[in-house]
Amino acid sequence: MTAQWDWTGEATIPSRLGAHMPFLEEVLARVEALGWGGRDVFGVQMTLEETLTNAIRHGNHCDESKVVRAACKVSSDRFWLSVEDEGEGFCREDVADCTADENLGAFGGRGMALIDAYMEEVTFNERGNRITVATRRGYRPPVDGG
Amino acid sequence: MSTPQRIALSESGDVTVVTFNDSKIIDDLSIQELGQELANLVEREDRHKIVLNFGAVEFLSSAALGKLISFEKKVRAKKVKLILTNIRPEIYEVFAITKLTKLFTIKDDEADALAVL
Repeated sequence: MTAQWDWTGEATIPSRLGAHMPFLEEVLARVEALGWGGRDVFGVQMTLEETLTNAIRHGNHCDESKVVRAACKVSSDRFWLSVEDEGEGFCREDVADCTADENLGAFGGRGMALIDAYMEEVTFNERGNRITVATRRGYRPPVDGG
Repeated sequence: MSTPQRIALSESGDVTVVTFNDSKIIDDLSIQELGQELANLVEREDRHKIVLNFGAVEFLSSAALGKLISFEKKVRAKKVKLILTNIRPEIYEVFAITKLTKLFTIKDDEADALAVL
């Protein structure tokens, strides 16, 4: 199936905390212009914030000689994002499950839990340094009662 | 004691009510400052009952959640009573996804919190 995208954008972002904001703000403006709002925009914003910050902070360790490459496609009902860093990659099984009772007070893992919740599809390349996510407008995460 | 930049304080009886100055808690430096200012409430100022009013908060990142968890640990160590209030649905969902609803006591609004503190 060939998706029809209304906007596509790419960015090469220096590995400095906060350097992702112009790209994040542009994508948010694009999805809002396409009619996205409220909770849907919140989920897109959270995903952009967590994927890009994670790549800068944990992937490239804020090493400004390295960059983060991001690509994004949006339509009136679909969102797609790919974020790649120059780090060694990570194995997501190594990230503690922040929602497990024994880890509630532990650090880390919450960004990944949020991305998993807001995005319908989340995949990594084999090396673990590129995350690709996608969702659709109106998608709601399966939150249990806990 | 310097005036906090990231939070505003008010008193209601023996309860300290904290509101947030930033609607979006994402900037790394601001998050570091927020963490320190919250820590000061229990480590320097010895406050015993605290309400965190999230009414102004529209967005916060996982880094900000990390500071809240650090604060909760300090609060628990000092046996301070802490209640979170006025959390809008999108933010509450973030707490629910990350199961922080189990870690914090959450009430609808300040009046509900003050009634039990």
